[in-house]
Amino acid sequence: MELNRAKEPFRFFTRLHLSELIGLRASTLVQLLELIKNVPGSSIYHHTHRFLQQHQYLSPEPPNDFAYWVTNVLGERELGERLASIDTIQFFTIRNLRDKIVKTIDEYLKTNSQAKLRFSHQGGEFHFIKSISFVIPTDYIVHNLEEFKDVLKKITIDSIYYHIFEARLRLEKGMNDFSNWIETSVGDMKLAKDISRLDPYTYTLEELRKVIIRKIERRR
Amino acid sequence: MTKIEKYVPVVGQSAIDDLNLLSHRLKGKIIQNINSTPVGGGVAEILNRMIEFLTELGVDARWDVIKGGEAFFEVTKKFHNALHGRPAEITQHDFDIFIETSEKNIKDVHIYGDIVFIHDPQPIALIKKKDNNRWIWRCHIDVSNPNERVWGFLMNFIASYDSVVFSAPTFSRELPVRQFLISPSIDPLSDKNKELLPEEIDKVLAKYEISKDKPIVTQISRFDRLKDPVGVLEAYKQVKQYIDCQLILAGGTALDDPEGIEVLEEVKTRAKEDEDIHILLLPQNDIEVNALQRASTVIVQKSLKEGFGLTVAEALWKAKPVVAGNVGGIPLQIKHKYSGLLCHSVEGAAFAIKQILNNPEYAKKLGENGREHIKNNFLITRHLRDYMLLFLSLYHKEDVVYL
Repeated sequence: MELNRAKEPFRFFTRLHLSELIGLRASTLVQLLELIKNVPGSSIYHHTHRFLQQHQYLSPEPPNDFAYWVTNVLGERELGERLASIDTIQFFTIRNLRDKIVKTIDEYLKTNSQAKLRFSHQGGEFHFIKSISFVIPTDYIVHNLEEFKDVLKKITIDSIYYHIFEARLRLEKGMNDFSNWIETSVGDMKLAKDISRLDPYTYTLEELRKVIIRKIERRR
Repeated sequence: MTKIEKYVPVVGQSAIDDLNLLSHRLKGKIIQNINSTPVGGGVAEILNRMIEFLTELGVDARWDVIKGGEAFFEVTKKFHNALHGRPAEITQHDFDIFIETSEKNIKDVHIYGDIVFIHDPQPIALIKKKDNNRWIWRCHIDVSNPNERVWGFLMNFIASYDSVVFSAPTFSRELPVRQFLISPSIDPLSDKNKELLPEEIDKVLAKYEISKDKPIVTQISRFDRLKDPVGVLEAYKQVKQYIDCQLILAGGTALDDPEGIEVLEEVKTRAKEDEDIHILLLPQNDIEVNALQRASTVIVQKSLKEGFGLTVAEALWKAKPVVAGNVGGIPLQIKHKYSGLLCHSVEGAAFAIKQILNNPEYAKKLGENGREHIKNNFLITRHLRDYMLLFLSLYHKEDVVYL
């Protein structure tokens, strides 16, 4: 199939981040809950997305820092499992994701009042951090799917991360940038939908790259 | 080939491309680094390499050193210990000495940087010269539980900085200024971390009469109470009851450090006549440290306090299984049972060492996971990137910055 020129070109951006400490810490579940309600959205974003960039391979760590701390430091395995299994892809804003985390902990505390008595050991407190994103345009600009695929093969995983995760949730675009461009500029609704239906949180970034490339190749 | 390009086979071209993207945005800015010593110690080691790389990337980074006499450095050593939470008697006279030397430096040190990057407490008072430029204070010390009097004294200066940088989240607290988390790093191509030929490793083992026939348990650290070499020796003795192994305790010579000599003597006394214990006073010989790490079956870093604990990163980079104290920056490097084993006691360390020695496949997996984690997060290229982002953050207050 001949690949038509897109209505608008697609420019790849990359995103690098710096971790800013906000100086707040929790040593009990009640403190954690209160702080989760009040810290900046950038901190909720950090603790639910950090693992994606720091672990470029599948690790046994749960996919968010809250679940890890609740399980490994406080020993509340059941709550840890509930937090770890929050389906991040279902949420389109950090605000909604935060509400879900708050609700999950709140409900657990209501039925497990002894969980309020657990303290972290000294030095094991939960420290809140927020992500500062630096978004930088790259020189890669593509005009059709073939060019898009070629760039996708060599672009950094930070760029893939930016267009798939950051654009959808943090920048509240509702859809990942790739699907958005393929739908509106290339006009391939099926491929756009196929990519947006992926749960990117269950892949490593390298795997995600391969899966998207495969989907583009198979459309022929 | 430039020096930075030599890292492409290790970290990939894209990581180097990112550095170039950032360095262009720092054109025209002078980064003035200031610390208290041009040689020796981790800070000077990192600064040396940072300046070299930043310059190569086209960033105008420079380095100045403050002056201080013996009395000043005795006081700052006391501060260092007190900030680590160790008992220390700090008198008003100590603060007076610090202020007196700082006043001289404030008068003598020429400040010309658009960004002034101050390393550790010794030059912290230079902030009094702050003008229209941006100032960062880089704290390399574990201040999770500091002597509040010393911390309070330093706060008089910290509050005037634009940003401060810590190595681990546990060191942070509520401050009136922005604070960032930047971990230190290792250089994979340095003498301490580069690949070695088997012959080179054998030569070092032969030199120190270390057998290749028994498993080797190694801790490489200064003979310092906070590194707990005595605890390592006790853990080894517990392991030795079940597994015939050797222990290497290797550290730098610290002949000007009375406490170091005392600790060394205690270790020697406790080692008694055990021929499988090798206590090595290594001069600054990175190749030998590298060889000993590579020859080891398990590497221990049983610290009680730790600024960061880069020996852990060095060991993991060599894909070695590591047993380490759960303090300072160590838990950032090791996820327990996944990329190493964390411990809180002599008994815990002994148990972990036995687990590793008895399960080579598990040990191999821990080492491999550890190496991958270091590759992604603790190499010098990541450190350079973070520093450049830090410099850029001084000009942007928002959480999402479009460059």
